[in-house]
Amino acid sequence: MTDHDHRHASSDLSETELRVRALQTILIDKGYTDAAALDAIVETYEQKIGPHIGARVVARAWTDPAFRKALLSDATAAVAPFGHGGTVGDHLVAVENTPERHNMVVCTLCSCYPWDVLGLPPVWYKSFAYRSRTVKEPRAVLREFGLILPERIEIRVWDSTAEVRYLVLPMRPAGTEGWSEEKLATLVTRDSMVGTGLPRSPGARP
Amino acid sequence: MNGIHDMGGMDGFGKAEPEENEPVFHAPWEGAVMAATRVMGANGGWNIDQGRYGIELLPPERYLTSYYHRWLARCEWALVAYGYADADEIAAGRSLRPGKTPPRGKFTVADLGRVTRRGTFYRETNTAAKFAVGDRVRARNIHPKGHTRLPRYVRGHVGVVERLHGCQVFPDSAAMGQGDNPQWLYTVRFDGRDLWGPDADPTVVVSVEAFEPYLEAAT
Repeated sequence: MTDHDHRHASSDLSETELRVRALQTILIDKGYTDAAALDAIVETYEQKIGPHIGARVVARAWTDPAFRKALLSDATAAVAPFGHGGTVGDHLVAVENTPERHNMVVCTLCSCYPWDVLGLPPVWYKSFAYRSRTVKEPRAVLREFGLILPERIEIRVWDSTAEVRYLVLPMRPAGTEGWSEEKLATLVTRDSMVGTGLPRSPGARP
Repeated sequence: MNGIHDMGGMDGFGKAEPEENEPVFHAPWEGAVMAATRVMGANGGWNIDQGRYGIELLPPERYLTSYYHRWLARCEWALVAYGYADADEIAAGRSLRPGKTPPRGKFTVADLGRVTRRGTFYRETNTAAKFAVGDRVRARNIHPKGHTRLPRYVRGHVGVVERLHGCQVFPDSAAMGQGDNPQWLYTVRFDGRDLWGPDADPTVVVSVEAFEPYLEAAT
């Protein structure tokens, strides 16, 4: 954070805040948009689009074998009904964790992330540490998330270098037999859908 | 370009630091920058590849700030680069003359779906894919000065085609304002030890999405 805390002498706003205010003013003055539209975008990502969408997709895949199959063969089509406003965008691929293979998603070149189903990416996903090391030493990165996987498991890293986006389908936790889709969705964490975590265990505190 | 943004395999950036109960934005200005930038993308001011290239063009010391600081710098740059504001207006913090009409006009609340629903990057083609699933391919040893999506850490390495994604907008062309120039897109899988040497974790497999011009047949 370079200029974040530099308070401007004549106001309570930091230099960064003043630059952002200027940007908004220019966009509105020139008629490129209006204040209501800018607010609506922020509100949408704060309140409507987030990992709860992906969690419902995963829980459905755990309870409905036909849906799981459809998700793994064409995630864009399978996930379409789950999106905010009835649709999500193109080029989504779901990759399934198995006892032999753990999937992990990264974008080394920027911070590509499946916004439609997980919302905006967390800071760690955009961090230089995660972006630089995940393709080279993913197990060390996973340890920093508290996740230690057996050495026999393959770690499959997906570097999102184009417009394809990845959603990890984690394994269903043991001890959840007979659980409803809704209840299962409460176990699905954001990190488990990026591959830096596992779903919560039943009985663990949310 | 071989810029600071191409981080795969670099050392020295420390540890991954997950944050408990992380908010969507850490300050209101972050959301404001995100929204302003998305508006200019949605109304056609610049395409996603031009936007990414704008971030890559930041000097390393400006790149190595925070995600939304980069977005802010990129938005200021792109407004000027694509003719939607002048540098003196960015400096003054207000409009000094009329703007130009973006291709899709003014963005209003009614257009929200253009932000929340990703567009498609598929394009029609009359060429056949050069490679098939299972083919061994080498990522070319190329170093374009402009925008590219072939990360340095796979260049020169041999991998296996795992999936075809159809024909899609070629970022290397789109970022430079040279049109969509659609190219076949593949997922190519590499062995971790091939990328990182014999001491690397033998259980690691890494894939990238690679456009056909990034690849050549390997034996």
